[in-house]
Amino acid sequence: MIRRLKNYLTGPKGVPYLFVAPFIIFFLLVYLYPLIMTIIMSFQQIDGPNHHDFIGLKNYMKLNTRDFNMALQTSGRYAVWDVIVLTIIPLLVACVLHSGLAKASNFFKSLFFIPSLTSIIVAGIVFRLAFGTLETATVNRALTFFGLQPVKWLSYAGPGNFVLILLTLWRWNGVNIVYYLSGLQAIPTDHYEAAQIDGANAWQKFIHVTLPGIRPVLIYVITITVLGGFSMFTESVALWQQNNAGGVGRTIVGYMYMVGFKKNNLGLASAVGLVLLGLVVAVNLIQLVLMGFFRKED
Amino acid sequence: MATNRIDGKKRTVLSVLATLLMILFAVFAMIPFAFMFMSSLKPGTEMMRYGLTLKFDPGISSFQNYTALDTYRDGVYWHWYKSSAIIMVLQTVIGLAFSSLVGYGLAMYNFRGRNLIFTLVLIVMMLPFEILLLPMYQMMIRAKMMNSYFGVIIPYLVPPFMIFFFRQYSLGIPKELMEAGRIDGCSDFGIFRRIMLPIMIPAFGAMTILSCMNSWNNLLWPMIILQTEKMHTIPIGMGTTITPYGNAYDVLMPGAVMAVVPIIIIYLFAQKTFIKGLTAGSVKG
Repeated sequence: MIRRLKNYLTGPKGVPYLFVAPFIIFFLLVYLYPLIMTIIMSFQQIDGPNHHDFIGLKNYMKLNTRDFNMALQTSGRYAVWDVIVLTIIPLLVACVLHSGLAKASNFFKSLFFIPSLTSIIVAGIVFRLAFGTLETATVNRALTFFGLQPVKWLSYAGPGNFVLILLTLWRWNGVNIVYYLSGLQAIPTDHYEAAQIDGANAWQKFIHVTLPGIRPVLIYVITITVLGGFSMFTESVALWQQNNAGGVGRTIVGYMYMVGFKKNNLGLASAVGLVLLGLVVAVNLIQLVLMGFFRKED
Repeated sequence: MATNRIDGKKRTVLSVLATLLMILFAVFAMIPFAFMFMSSLKPGTEMMRYGLTLKFDPGISSFQNYTALDTYRDGVYWHWYKSSAIIMVLQTVIGLAFSSLVGYGLAMYNFRGRNLIFTLVLIVMMLPFEILLLPMYQMMIRAKMMNSYFGVIIPYLVPPFMIFFFRQYSLGIPKELMEAGRIDGCSDFGIFRRIMLPIMIPAFGAMTILSCMNSWNNLLWPMIILQTEKMHTIPIGMGTTITPYGNAYDVLMPGAVMAVVPIIIIYLFAQKTFIKGLTAGSVKG
């Protein structure tokens, strides 16, 4: 029996399953089981590991609070700007690098990636101090030097979001540039030549050759940015720590962390998690349909 | 695009503008490092009074602060460093080993259920991982893996984005190589180890850096698992113990610089392989 199993697994039919076995086990234990548990827990009141009581939709009802609404707004606002800024700016930089117009493109390529190597918490220290509330903070000093009013950057949602996006752009720009470059390099040059013969200008070439050419990469970048935007946590800890006055900067995951691990309400935290899951899946599905991901390749 | 027939003068102007734009982004990328390093040389009181500056004052600037890292809370910073390094190495080695096998298997073999498994990889990549942490936390308590390094790396043993990447990369490997190996009498794992691994080195280079980045930066899950201060990693320590909100200004900036330096050094040595590997296994549909 054992010998037959061994023969099967080392034979041509069984071997592929041995290769993918790590993922199958991992999927069941680390994704499927916890996902099912989160769904169950979101309908439960949990006091200690052995006290699970079903309470129906009560956890979801309890989410209608000012704090959670603020967290939704913070994450939502961040996600929107995140997608806009981190889709467009790296694409611009990648196109310039790919065009070979700028000098020392390879040097810049390597250099732009360096911020991505840092930990957001560590790099965030610099952003946190530079955008401090005091008038002596670096950015405010620059503002007053140019005759502008100093800003209490991290005290309000709007300016706070601006600093978050700046930190995110600084940290992730290089990663997205590399993704885009890989897409740009895959576009055959004769497509550009054909457009050239048809008399297309630079902008028309970008719209009709470059964009369709990098569509798979574009879809990938937008999808992971939507995911990262809604589930952002570390960036906000870097700027505000976990307990900030009035909840400015607290995200959905930050709220989940506070409810689940600080206040020990795992049921309510699971409900928060499922709201997050619903948001990410819904927004990404809409986005994928709009980008034509499910359309048959022509 | 060398095929563009823009006349010489216009091209020169464009070239200057493009280079200027790149310099602007380069300054943006580098300036936080400059602030970090210059401030690390100054006493903490100086920074509390004047904030971050790029000024170099030979009277008060020195590497004195770096020695404060050894004495701050009995050198707890270096414990964080050790934790971060151990977790980074474990997570990267195990993650690369498993996900390269899976990615290669998905690309090179035709078997029933292959598309289903690959679809699961894609779905899992698009799931916000954070929502799984609550049940996982309970699992870790039951498995008595709280406050252990192994508990931290469990959710990253077979990272789906790495499977995806290794699959894409393996798709570019000619299948004839496999047949050749078979004729020479290699087993399937022998083919993987002796023939395919050397071909996949650029992919391993790229994934090593990405994995190190992710691990070195990870905050939420390690913060849940690692409960004693000595077990903490650098992001936990710098995010909760030495923070810009605390009063440990002397160690704040040297701590930040020391956290950034090693991974940049690794990158500078490996960057050619890295960029090549990452762009070669590109995201194609």
